[in-house]
Amino acid sequence: MAWANCENRYNDERVSSACGLFGFMDTTGKRHDGSRAILALQAMKERGNGLGAGFAVYGLYPDWAEYYAFHVMCRDEADRLEVEEYLRRYFRIAHAEPIPHTPVKGMGETPILWRYFVALEGAAEEAQAEEDIIVQHVMRINSQMDGAFVFSSGKDMGIFKGVGHPDQIAEFYRMDTYQGYLWTAHNRFPTNTPGWWGGAHPFGLLDWSVVHNGEISSYGINRRFLEMHGYLCTMRTDTEVVAYAADLIMRRHGLSPEWAAAVLASPLWNEIEAMPEPQRGIYRAIRQTYGPLLLNGPFTVIIARTGQMIGLGDRIRLRPLVAGIKGSMVYISSELSAIHLAEPAIEHTWTPLGGEAVVAHLGVAPEPPSVGCAVSEVAPEVRYA
Amino acid sequence: MRKEAIAEGTAIQADAVLDAQGLYYRDLNERLYHLVEQGARSIVLKHIAGQRYIGTNLQAPVRLTIEGVPGNDLGAFMDGPEIYVMNDAQDGCGNTMNSGTIVIYGSAGDILGHSMRGGSIFVRGNVGYRVGIHMKEYGEMRPVIVIGGTAQHFLGEYMAGGVLIVLGSHLGPNQMHPSRYIGTGMHGGIIYIRGPFDERFLGKEVGLAPVQGEDLLLLERYVAQFAGYFGLDAASLLQGPFTKLYPRTKRPYGRLYAY
Repeated sequence: MAWANCENRYNDERVSSACGLFGFMDTTGKRHDGSRAILALQAMKERGNGLGAGFAVYGLYPDWAEYYAFHVMCRDEADRLEVEEYLRRYFRIAHAEPIPHTPVKGMGETPILWRYFVALEGAAEEAQAEEDIIVQHVMRINSQMDGAFVFSSGKDMGIFKGVGHPDQIAEFYRMDTYQGYLWTAHNRFPTNTPGWWGGAHPFGLLDWSVVHNGEISSYGINRRFLEMHGYLCTMRTDTEVVAYAADLIMRRHGLSPEWAAAVLASPLWNEIEAMPEPQRGIYRAIRQTYGPLLLNGPFTVIIARTGQMIGLGDRIRLRPLVAGIKGSMVYISSELSAIHLAEPAIEHTWTPLGGEAVVAHLGVAPEPPSVGCAVSEVAPEVRYA
Repeated sequence: MRKEAIAEGTAIQADAVLDAQGLYYRDLNERLYHLVEQGARSIVLKHIAGQRYIGTNLQAPVRLTIEGVPGNDLGAFMDGPEIYVMNDAQDGCGNTMNSGTIVIYGSAGDILGHSMRGGSIFVRGNVGYRVGIHMKEYGEMRPVIVIGGTAQHFLGEYMAGGVLIVLGSHLGPNQMHPSRYIGTGMHGGIIYIRGPFDERFLGKEVGLAPVQGEDLLLLERYVAQFAGYFGLDAASLLQGPFTKLYPRTKRPYGRLYAY
């Protein structure tokens, strides 16, 4: 197939609407099937238009957990052989197979989909160096081979995505056959970029995955900053900068999710100036160092990696994000009704403030935040003007 | 909000029950329309899960009781009905509503009462961003929103008329409202907030004043109505301190594009 054939057949690329996001995590690490996520996306059908859907699953390949699982989409068999040859040159391929799928009515032409479980030949000196090498290979394949994309490259996780409605994509990839402790899911309504297979969400690099609703108006500056750090944007959509930014600041620079939120959705300058020290100094330093990674414009994302799920919206909340807790389960969604549908016995739900990250960690029992704001050192006396 | 805090529906005399399980919003709203046409005046909607625009097309004094979480734009452009949501509501509830009442036993999302022109909304729990954005009033039409808990940022943004009351009853001791940028671009209407909020981040167009005289009468009237819906004690909710927020000018941007 030609990529052009997968592009938007409705010619409505600029229709302004909203994508649907959903994620859940069992913080005990118990694995679940994806029926909750599929149900949730169906409740948010209005948020998509059939031009993209996908799932990311963690704890997916316990039998191959030591290997990087490369999910590859190829235009045709020749492209696949080219990727395979590339992988053989640089990796030891422990296992390779087509990603199982079923033809689904109304889905149109589909690319060739394979997965490779690979390890680097020869041990790298340290884990981070090894991951950097993986990133370089993914960037090289995605930017230099016209007919092939690595759309998932982490260990013990996988991304499944394509052009279609969520229920079609779920049926196509037989998502009911997979189990994981963390699932994220996306229902796409492409607005500014084409709806094509590589452009569906989640976006992935290493074990990062990102699902996104909104648009990143700062894409240009984010992209230039990331290119200086070796990340090449090839997917023709703004969302991939979030995955690369997450990799840069959280994996390579070691920022916590909370500080990463201060980079990606920083408080406004007047709020930083009103902070007490040393907080103010830290926020200033973050803004000065990572200014070009501020994500501007309306957005909500769910960023996931091994053992962690992060929900984050823009700082003035121009896109919705709600969260819920039931026992060890944490839910993040664009709409509350989807959480209730996925978990009828949900115990607690809340809406975080814009720029405030909702973070779930493996092995940490989740706790809901307080709705109010502490009257602390900034306590204002109510005055009348 | 906590589920156990959400009241059970009081026994309702319903003349129709509509099971919305798996029903697409267009089909649901069409069936509602026909039920009302056939004379139903009290309808219980069961298993609601995210269906949008409920109540939009019903121009009759009908009472809807919603079980489950309704979708965005509940009661948008609504003209007349009374809607009782036994759980939480999502975003855009009461969008450009003209008349009628929405009572929400849980919390509500962003842009509640967006461009509202009349009628009233009562929320027992908390609300999201930009609540009451650009609500307006004219003559006898004066929309009212009463919130039992707290509101997030940009409450009353570009507000042009109507009344917004925030009671802060879910705030803990030593807590203040998280609300920032209240009344940004406000040029009409009035906001009353009970309890502390961070004054450094108010909208520039807003002035603060103590409540007195007519304010108290207005608060008593709407807080009593609020307390009545949720079985709460109005007297304790009326214990202040209340702050009144008013627009400093009716034309904050009058000189923005003119020299």
